[in-house]
Amino acid sequence: MPHDDNDHFSPSGHPYQPDQDHPLTKWQAMEIAMRELMVEKGILTRKEITETVEAMDSRSPADGAKVVARAWSDSDYKARLLADGSAAINEMGFHADAMRLVVLENTPTEHNVVVCTLCSCYPRNLLGLPPDWYKQRAYRSRVVKNPRAVLSEFGLILPAKTRVRVHDSTADMRYLVLPTRPKGTDGMNETALATLVNRDSMIGVAQASDPK
Amino acid sequence: MTKKFVRVKDWFPPGHVRTPYFLRGKIGMIERQLGAFENPEQRAYRQKADKLQLLRVRFTMAEIWGKNAEIPTDTLDAEIYEHWLEPIDAT
Repeated sequence: MPHDDNDHFSPSGHPYQPDQDHPLTKWQAMEIAMRELMVEKGILTRKEITETVEAMDSRSPADGAKVVARAWSDSDYKARLLADGSAAINEMGFHADAMRLVVLENTPTEHNVVVCTLCSCYPRNLLGLPPDWYKQRAYRSRVVKNPRAVLSEFGLILPAKTRVRVHDSTADMRYLVLPTRPKGTDGMNETALATLVNRDSMIGVAQASDPK
Repeated sequence: MTKKFVRVKDWFPPGHVRTPYFLRGKIGMIERQLGAFENPEQRAYRQKADKLQLLRVRFTMAEIWGKNAEIPTDTLDAEIYEHWLEPIDAT
């Protein structure tokens, strides 16, 4: 028997996750109270709240990948995207909401990586919800001081001659990294190219994937 | 455009502030001007917010971290509102 204590381990030997039996925190209670009040007063319906949560959950890096693939395929579009990110994604039916989108182009001599040291600002409209590590203090505090060490932990080792540019989303801009187009993708159309554009490459902690 | 250098004020006011602590007192170059945006220091408290110029300022890692910089010529860009910046003479 790998474990003798049957109260704490499942038959597979892993510990059970504890039930969330603790009372609500103040802000959890406040959120429920506000939500119930808005429903009671007819400001929102429960259906609208559920639909909004579903819409937020349904956004994914696929939208950002389409923007990148278009920029790789169409140099005029790329120029517009770098000049005014918000306007260029509007052309494709995506919206930057109240925030302004800045697109950062990676080149063989320059690599961009994005962080929000103050909280977790992220281009959710193009990439969906941020990964947990993006919101954690370890990433936020370390990538501004030791970006190359952090990138190497993601498996991205850059030559010393490549300039690393870290971008801190401190205010009203949101940032999308335009990764370099992988080699061996010359005849590929936008749909095929978009499959190579992973989320991490648009945050700047990875490169786009090589074609299979 | 000539390179314009600015210093982030070495202020430590209370309240909601969106100027990172680690950039206070540091000198950087204006990377681009972004236009006018509402001051978050007022907006956070539901006060009528002034529209302030927002600038992207580029700092070298050497300027921020001194001899502890990983590679001194790597850079960090941040958005800083105009009232946090003071002009300095390019030297």
